[in-house]
Amino acid sequence: MQRLDVRLRQVRMPELPVEERLRTFDEVALGYSEEQALAEAARCLQCARPLCVEMCPLHVDIPGFIKLIRLGDYVEAAEKVLQKNCMPAVCGRVCPQEALCAFGCKNTIGDPVNIGALERFVADYELEAEAVIPESAPSTGRSVAVVGSGPAGLSVAAELVKMGHHVVVFEALHEPGGVLTYGIPEFRLPKRVVRREIDLIKKLGVEVKTNVIVGRTLTIDDLFDQGFNAVFIGTGAGLPKLLGIPGENLCGVYTLNEFLLRVNLMKAGLFPYKSKTPIKVQGRVAILGARGMDAARAALRLGAEEVCMFYQRKVVGRVDDIRRGIEEGVRLQPLTRPLRLIGDERRWVKLVELIKLKPGAPVKMGKQKLIPEQGSEFLYSAETVVVATGHTPNTIAAANTMRNIKIAERSKTIIVNQETLEAADGIFAGGDVVSGAASVIKAIEAGKRAARSINAYITKR
Amino acid sequence: MGGNPRKMLSAGSLRASIRGDGLIMENEITFKDELAPGVKLIKVRAPLIAKKARSGQFVILRASEDGERIPLTLIDWDPKEGTITLVFREVGASTKELGRLEVGDAIHDLVGPLGRPGEVAFYGRACVIGGGVAIAAAYERAKSLKEAGNSLTAIIGARTAGQLIFKDQLRKVVDRLYTTTDDGSEGVKGSPSDLLRSLLESGERFDLVFAVGPEALMKSVSEATRPYNIKTIVSLNSLMVDGTGMCGCCRVTVGGRTMFTCVDGPEFDAHLVDFDELMARLRMYEEEERLALKVVGRRCRG
Repeated sequence: MQRLDVRLRQVRMPELPVEERLRTFDEVALGYSEEQALAEAARCLQCARPLCVEMCPLHVDIPGFIKLIRLGDYVEAAEKVLQKNCMPAVCGRVCPQEALCAFGCKNTIGDPVNIGALERFVADYELEAEAVIPESAPSTGRSVAVVGSGPAGLSVAAELVKMGHHVVVFEALHEPGGVLTYGIPEFRLPKRVVRREIDLIKKLGVEVKTNVIVGRTLTIDDLFDQGFNAVFIGTGAGLPKLLGIPGENLCGVYTLNEFLLRVNLMKAGLFPYKSKTPIKVQGRVAILGARGMDAARAALRLGAEEVCMFYQRKVVGRVDDIRRGIEEGVRLQPLTRPLRLIGDERRWVKLVELIKLKPGAPVKMGKQKLIPEQGSEFLYSAETVVVATGHTPNTIAAANTMRNIKIAERSKTIIVNQETLEAADGIFAGGDVVSGAASVIKAIEAGKRAARSINAYITKR
Repeated sequence: MGGNPRKMLSAGSLRASIRGDGLIMENEITFKDELAPGVKLIKVRAPLIAKKARSGQFVILRASEDGERIPLTLIDWDPKEGTITLVFREVGASTKELGRLEVGDAIHDLVGPLGRPGEVAFYGRACVIGGGVAIAAAYERAKSLKEAGNSLTAIIGARTAGQLIFKDQLRKVVDRLYTTTDDGSEGVKGSPSDLLRSLLESGERFDLVFAVGPEALMKSVSEATRPYNIKTIVSLNSLMVDGTGMCGCCRVTVGGRTMFTCVDGPEFDAHLVDFDELMARLRMYEEEERLALKVVGRRCRG
């Protein structure tokens, strides 16, 4: 084993130069080389009681896989991660490590270990080598239908198939992956990485059916009639929220979802040659809402002259991605709230009227209120506007069924037993459709938890 | 999974058809016809959709791997045969691409049925109006309304006589059929809404008017019936991407509230629809459509 390294600073992840980034949708973070991974792995203190593992929602054996990197056993390291996490190449890229595992890293005199980059290194190494051969368990004769092929659905499917159950995943869109495919742009998460990780899950024996909308094409009742013993709903939080301000339906105004669907799923950046789906990005672009960093960065790549994000408190996203966005030229305007959108005679958006906010009186509990500053209204001229305030759960799967699936009045989330994730007899749900918009890793965790209770449910009958 | 002892009836086995050569084909085109120049009818094998389809619903399809997702109204469906029928006019790059598929070819992606089923009930005297390629959708609704016991008048209009599709089929279903053409080559010269207006002025009354076609037609039908307080339903064809309520591309203002055509519609009370907004939004990608058409044209010749 290599000597422990006392270096304080993380090994920097190589990145595409800014000028190059804006010409392509290629991944910005390039990943560690073997030497870099070894150098970073050497910074791990190998704690006896590792807090990083506790902070990871999936409790991946982080010191364990880092130790295997140091030994040069990259495939074994990948297997170690895969024992707990069925999508390491995805999580290594999109997990907010700074708030999870790396936050728990006890290397407190210096930077925390870049656990995400190391996870990504072993996962990419393994995918490149196609070394891990998935084991399949003997069939139990039980079958489970999974609705939605995002992180929650894929995770529950991977776990159940490993237990020997037959699993069919139904996806409404034409590509599997859910938010990984339609929501996260190529420059953060290349689609080939998503596809390969899904292929690995398929190799375990999971069947994926695209273009089937459960709730429309098939109902949950149909699934039980077809012989499925249980159903898991992991349909995510993919419905857009609107601001409810005048002018929101003007031409040139996109919801975050429409913008990202066109760019990510439909490859609008390749229009008109390799994609038939257009997108209109011209002149100045206003992103309204804290969740719009991906759209902002995509807009710059689609030729926007200037992109400005207007939001109240804090940009939602990983620290690295926000930094990269700022490097690429995304401008930030916190403490602002849009009032209305103003169009021209052709009903195209031309101006956004906003108001500045200031903190209200201090409060003992909860968030300090933000109040509009009298007379601080200002105009921003924009030809493209993206409304990025948030998402609500997609519960279309619960439509047209006789079964009693309860949906919360305000949050529109599916109500489940918090322990078992059971929503109704034989029906389980997890991920964003239960929690509201959260993170990829939390959805994977919910999928694993649901798999355990589904296994208990279908084996006892 | 091969080891499964229970013969699972998965969606795949339902959706797929076994061809003579034993290959499994999903979304196979089993019949194709040209109804008028540039207007095509296809029957597609889609057993799950055929089983669930209701009047007024639609599907979304992609003709090829890099194709756009386009919505098309369901014109007919046969749960026994497991097929659905679609009618489209080759106007843009995507519909042209679809038009090039022949019997035996498969549509790359097909999903549905989408949207809320239309209200089909007994109203008494109903009038169905269709313009252009949407005459096909008007014919479908005429059949459903007839089955519900309504007395039916149909007014169909097109640019020219050759574009008046489904005329003979409609004649068998409705009690009275009027035709209009822009160039006067058949029926009354003008638009179906002009004809409706003159029927209403001459004292004719309807309990329901259903209109489908170009937005300008639906708007003028809506204006014609408004003074008479006639319940008027229109079927909108907003731009869409996913068609399941995810993107909001299809949003339209109805009665002052923002609605999604894909999940709240596609049918709305005509008197509440903001048609001017709808028409502006439909023109959003005019430039890009022309560009895409050029690219497709070049590819065809090349």
